Amino acid sequence: MAEVLVYVDHVDGAVRKPTLELLTLARRIGDPVAVSLGNGAADTAAALAEHGAVKVLTADAAEFADYLVAPKVDALQAAVEAVSPAAVLLPSSAEGKEIGARLAIRIGSGIITDAVDLEAGDEGPVATQSVFAASYTTKSRVSKGTPVITVKPNSAPVEAAPAAGAVEGLAVTVADSSKGTKVVSRTPRESTGRPDLTEAAIVVSGGRGVNGAENFPVIEALADSLGAAVGASRAAVDAGWYPHTNQVGQTGKTVSPQLYIAAGISGAIQHRAGMQTSKTIVAINKDEEAPIFELVDYGVVGDLFNVVPALTDEIKARKG
Amino acid sequence: MSLRIVVCVKYVPDATGDRHFAEDLTVDRDDVDGLLSELDEYAVEQALQIKEAADDAEITVLTVGPEDANDAIRKALSMGADKGVHVEDEDLHGTDAVGTSLVLAKAIEKTGYDLVVCGMASTDGTMGVLPAMLAERLGVPQVTQLSEVSVEDGTVKGRRDGDTATEQLEAALPAVVSVTDQSGEARYPSFKGIMAAKKKPVEELELDDLDIDADEVGLEGAWTKVEDATERPARTAGTIVKDEGEGAKQLAEFLAGQKFI
Ligand SMILES: Cc1cc2nc3c(=O)[nH]c(=O)nc-3n(C[C@H](O)[C@H](O)[C@H](O)COP(=O)(O)OP(=O)(O)OC[C@H]3O[C@@H](n4cnc5c(N)ncnc54)[C@H](O)[C@@H]3O)c2cc1C
Ligand SMILES: Nc1ncnc2c1ncn2[C@@H]1O[C@H](COP(=O)(O)O)[C@@H](O)[C@H]1O
Repeated sequence: MAEVLVYVDHVDGAVRKPTLELLTLARRIGDPVAVSLGNGAADTAAALAEHGAVKVLTADAAEFADYLVAPKVDALQAAVEAVSPAAVLLPSSAEGKEIGARLAIRIGSGIITDAVDLEAGDEGPVATQSVFAASYTTKSRVSKGTPVITVKPNSAPVEAAPAAGAVEGLAVTVADSSKGTKVVSRTPRESTGRPDLTEAAIVVSGGRGVNGAENFPVIEALADSLGAAVGASRAAVDAGWYPHTNQVGQTGKTVSPQLYIAAGISGAIQHRAGMQTSKTIVAINKDEEAPIFELVDYGVVGDLFNVVPALTDEIKARKG
Repeated sequence: MSLRIVVCVKYVPDATGDRHFAEDLTVDRDDVDGLLSELDEYAVEQALQIKEAADDAEITVLTVGPEDANDAIRKALSMGADKGVHVEDEDLHGTDAVGTSLVLAKAIEKTGYDLVVCGMASTDGTMGVLPAMLAERLGVPQVTQLSEVSVEDGTVKGRRDGDTATEQLEAALPAVVSVTDQSGEARYPSFKGIMAAKKKPVEELELDDLDIDADEVGLEGAWTKVEDATERPARTAGTIVKDEGEGAKQLAEFLAGQKFI
């Protein structure tokens, strides 16, 4: 069977969930060969093997951390040359898309970004995308070269599928031209203890209606009662009430949880773009005309400062 | 020596309009009003600020797109950019990201540059890949997804807020930069700016001027193929209740019914 390269997103050896989802999709097309780079690369092998990687190609060099993007493209190109894969899959993070973009130019291939599903096809893998703020679903394929496809988080289940996962060193020469952009410093983001926004099964988001940073704990309390991640609209982020990393929407994160609760959010097209594909949508808004109500499975017209705390208490009481 | 800045801007269908696909499965640009992609206004703004901080700089706005894309150039010129370059050719219809990056790279080289500034993504395609592709094609550093950017003594510096960390980046010019919508509100064109823009030069280029063959671009030359586009079914109308003291209870009941509690 053909091999499929999967670019591994990990933090010091801890594989992030979207990569495990990629392995599920890769197995539909061929045998997943993982490419794991940087500090802790070898430590990723066990998790990757557990989820279907037949092989794990690793390379660790200071350049991967010291310079932006380009050294990783050098490594992935070396892997493509070594394996001649049927496709290259990467997570649709900002970095994943940039690595994929440069790789595509280098190897003379087409690229598809932000796939939400992937199937084998007669003429190569067929990617499903959700476009125009999720109002259209398209199916596309790469018609030249080795398909390079980036896939959004939550596009496939994580499945256990134990495979050999034999670790092999990948010989990489980082070109001088790939050392153009120095990473002068890197400050890891502090963990909030809540689930990651893009990976969470439930997301509770607050908007302009939350009316101040001092009120966001109302949203956080509801999120914590459900074990949910916290999101925010751009209006709330721009006002400085909540960090940009939690923004949901076109210029923030795309989320596709089982349950999305929007409180004090009007439902502008740019916000919808980031949450429209959520399975169940709930909104609390005091304006019954708010466009968010067009999307909801359940909506409460009311003041969030009454509804949200009462809901939190109700949930806690029911959970005992 | 003057700092030559090229800002890449895209003319896109209005996101608040009813966007759809044409029969050939390309984006229908006829039925919806177009405009300068809002995310590229941030690129124009940062270019203007870099120019203001420099002794001597000149800003060229570059777009690849249909005739109407001229509107996007005019808007950027009215914000304060100095001149425009518009690549328009009927053979460009249906060009994908890889093809667009080829055209932009050739046009940038022809124009001459020290710094290329892009938006973080186009509001229609939302790929966010063009800046990286340009850096690859031009063979210069990529300093992208910046929420803060500055240029001093031939070096560009910026802050990149990633998923797991914030990075401070640095590269020698020439370089390709992209900026996010966190980089600072874009200015509105003044009346004076709008009037001045009318007199600023816009160079029109065709594929021939860039030594690009028709079969390298367009729908036929695209390296990706859209096979099917279907409108997502509207979500079925949900239940909406008015909170008269029982709203939270009713909602909890619904969530419990769906097994979320
Ligand atoms: C290029 C571009 C990119 C963008 N990207 C994003 C993005 O990624 N994410 C995003 O969210 N937006 C984005 N936007 C902005 C978007 O257009 C909207 O401005 C934004 O989503 C509005 O946020 P909001 O719903 O919180 O605020 P508003 O639209 O002001 O809505 C606030 C809502 O709260 C309700 N409310 C007020 N008080 C209460 C209360 N006490 N109880 C209950 N309800 C109450 C009001 O009725 C209202 O409906 C983008 C815009 C552009 C141009
Ligand atoms: N047709 C185009 N003409 C000029 N610039 C473009 C064009 N398409 C994309 N860009 C630039 O590339 C950035 C990223 O676009 P994209 O990768 O298509 O999301 C945009 O913000 C623009 O700065």
